[in-house]
Amino acid sequence: MSAVLHVEDLSVHFRTTLGVVKAVDKLSFAIGEGETVAIVGESGSGKSTVALAALRLIPDPPGKVSGGRILFDGQDILTLPDAAIRAVRGRRIAMIFQDPMMALNPVYTVERQIGEVLRLHLGLSKREVIAEVVELLRLVGVPAPEDRARQYPHNLSGGMRQRVMIAMALACRPKLLIADEPTTALDVTVQAQVLGLIQSLKDKLGMAVLLITHNLGIVAETAHRVIVMYAGRKVEEDSVARIFKDPRHPYTQGLLDAAKWEETEGALLREIPGAVPSPFDMPKGCSFAPRCFAMLPLCRQEAPALQEIAPQRPVACFVAQKRQI
Amino acid sequence: MTGMPAETVLEAIDLVKHYPVKHGLFAPARHVHALDGISLDLKRGETLAVVGESGCGKSTLAKCLMRLEEPTRGRVVLMGRDITRADKRTLRVLRRQIQIVFQDPYASLNPRRSIGTIVGDPIRLHEPLERPARRRKVSELLETVGLGPEFMDRHPHELSGGQRQRVAIARALAVNPSIILCDEPVSALDVSIQAQVINLLKRLQRKLGIAYLFITHDLALVQHIADRIAVMYLGEIVELADARATRASVLHPYSQALFSAAPVADPEAAARNTRIILSGDVPSPVDPPCGCRFHTRCSYRKDVCVAEAPALGAVAGRLVRCHFAGKSGFPPAPTAAAAVEAGKEAP
Repeated sequence: MSAVLHVEDLSVHFRTTLGVVKAVDKLSFAIGEGETVAIVGESGSGKSTVALAALRLIPDPPGKVSGGRILFDGQDILTLPDAAIRAVRGRRIAMIFQDPMMALNPVYTVERQIGEVLRLHLGLSKREVIAEVVELLRLVGVPAPEDRARQYPHNLSGGMRQRVMIAMALACRPKLLIADEPTTALDVTVQAQVLGLIQSLKDKLGMAVLLITHNLGIVAETAHRVIVMYAGRKVEEDSVARIFKDPRHPYTQGLLDAAKWEETEGALLREIPGAVPSPFDMPKGCSFAPRCFAMLPLCRQEAPALQEIAPQRPVACFVAQKRQI
Repeated sequence: MTGMPAETVLEAIDLVKHYPVKHGLFAPARHVHALDGISLDLKRGETLAVVGESGCGKSTLAKCLMRLEEPTRGRVVLMGRDITRADKRTLRVLRRQIQIVFQDPYASLNPRRSIGTIVGDPIRLHEPLERPARRRKVSELLETVGLGPEFMDRHPHELSGGQRQRVAIARALAVNPSIILCDEPVSALDVSIQAQVINLLKRLQRKLGIAYLFITHDLALVQHIADRIAVMYLGEIVELADARATRASVLHPYSQALFSAAPVADPEAAARNTRIILSGDVPSPVDPPCGCRFHTRCSYRKDVCVAEAPALGAVAGRLVRCHFAGKSGFPPAPTAAAAVEAGKEAP
C-alpha cells in the first residue's frame, strides 16, 4: 500500500512566556491510500497540533515546526511555496473541525461557503457552482438541498452544520481528510449518522482519513490503525484489533481500562492516577513514569525510544520492550 | 437502611415547564414545551440517571427540581415537603439538602477566590462556625475528595480540570446534602481523569449515602453508575427502567436507537452491534408532533401512533411510553453493552 501522507520526525515547538513547549516531539507515521488512521490522546498530547501541521496551519509565532518532513504525494508540505500549499489545502487535503458553528462563516449562505471552494479550486461558473453545491448537500444527506443551500448556518441544527462542513471538505474530492474531533459537539444519534456518513463517503471516494479523537469507542468502530500519543510523543502504534485486544504500553492499557464502563457495573473503574504533566515541567526520563504502575528505576532516568517489539508494533516503553507486561 | 423500602428524598409530580416564545407583536403566543408531565422519584442513596439528547428537556428538569426555574404546572417534593411554591427564605434552608455539580469546572469556580473560600462559602452561609473550625472542615472536605490541605490557598487557575471538579464536589459536600445533582460531571474531562472522578463519586455515595441525580448523554457511563435510567425525548419520559435491565435490552424505539448509537470501545463488539440510525432531526419543541412524539422518526409507526399519544405504561417490569412495546412482532433490541457481554460468553 503506497502512503498518501508520510510524516517523518516531525517536531513542533511553541514559544511562550513561560518557556518553550514541545507540543510534538519527533513523530513519524504514514497513512496509506483509503486507510483510516486514528491519533488518540488526552488534551495536551499534541494530537491536534499534528493535524494543523499537516496543513501547515501552525501559527508562527508562537509556534514553529522545528524539524522533520511531511510528505504528501511525494512533496514536502513544509517547504512548498505559499501558492502551492494553497492549491493543496481544501483541494487535496481537507479538514473538518470539532465545532461547526465556529468553522462556518455566520454571514454567508451555505451555498456561498461551499461554492467558494468550488470557484477557487475548480474554477466553476456560477451556474455550475449552484448545481454542484446542491449535489454535494444531497451526497451528505441534507434533506431539501435546494432550500438549505440558501440558508445561513444559524438556520441549521448542529448535525446539519456538520454535514455542511463535510460537504465543503469533500467538494474537491480530496485524497486525504483530516477530521479533528468531528463529532464531539454532537449528540450520540447524530454522531452515529455523521460517522456512518464519513465511512460511506470514504468508501465511495477512496479517501484516506486521519482521525483525531479522544473517544475510544469511535476509534474502535472506524479506524484501521491507531497511534497513541502522550505528552507530544507517540508511545504505541498498532492495528485497531490488536491495540484493543493486547495493548502493550501501560498508558494504552490504562486508557482502555478506564473506558471499560460496560464491563464493570457497580465496581470501581481501574483509573490512571495523577494527571498529564505540565509541558513546562516534564519529568526526567519517560514522561508517563510518574503515573505508571509498571515503572522501573531506569524509567526515571532515560526516555525510552520507540522500538518494534514485534513486526509493525512500535512501543516506547522499557517494560514492554523487555516483555515484562 | 437495609430491608426497609428506601425513603424518597426527591419527587417530581407531573412537572410541566413551558417557555413562551414571541415571533411578532401580533403573532399568537407560542410555547417551547420543555417538560410535559414528568413524574419521577429519587430514593435515598440511589443513582437515577436522566439521559437524552440536546433539547430533550433534561437540563430544564434539573433546574425545576432545584427550583432555579419555577415549573408551569406540577409539584416538586423535597424530603417530604412541597417546595413548588416555597419562598426564597424557605428555599435557602432547603437547598442544604440538594447541591449541584456542574459540567464545566472551568466555568463553575470563581477565578478570583481561593479554593478555601470556594469550599468554605456554603459552610459560612449555612452553619455558624468560627473561622478556625471552618478552615478545619474545609481541609477535611478537601481530603475527602483526594486533595491535600495545601490546595486551600491556591486559586482555580493553578488546578487541572480533574482537580477543579474535585473542588466542585467538595463544595457540594460542604453542607452534608442528601442529594447531589450531577449535570454532565465528567464530560469536560479527559478519559483517564473521568474514571478518577466517577470512582470518587461512587466511594462518596457508599460512605455518605447520598442520592445522585445524573443528567448526562453519556450512555456507557450511565450503565456503569446508575441504578435506574430515565430516557427523555422532547420533554417526556419515554422509558424508565433498572440500569441492569437496560444492559440486556431496551424497549422504546427511541431508547433502542439511542443505546445502539453509543460507540463501543471494542472492535469485535462494535462489529456485532447492529446500529439503528435514526433519520432526520429532533422535531421542534415549539410544535411537538401530534400523537406519539417519536412517530415522525419511528420505524414501527402505525396509524394509531399518529392519532393517539401513548401513556407511560408498565411493560416487563419497567415503564415505557409506546403503543407496541412488549407486544408480539415488536422485538426488544439488544444494546451495545449486550454486544460486549456476548463477546465474553463466546468461546
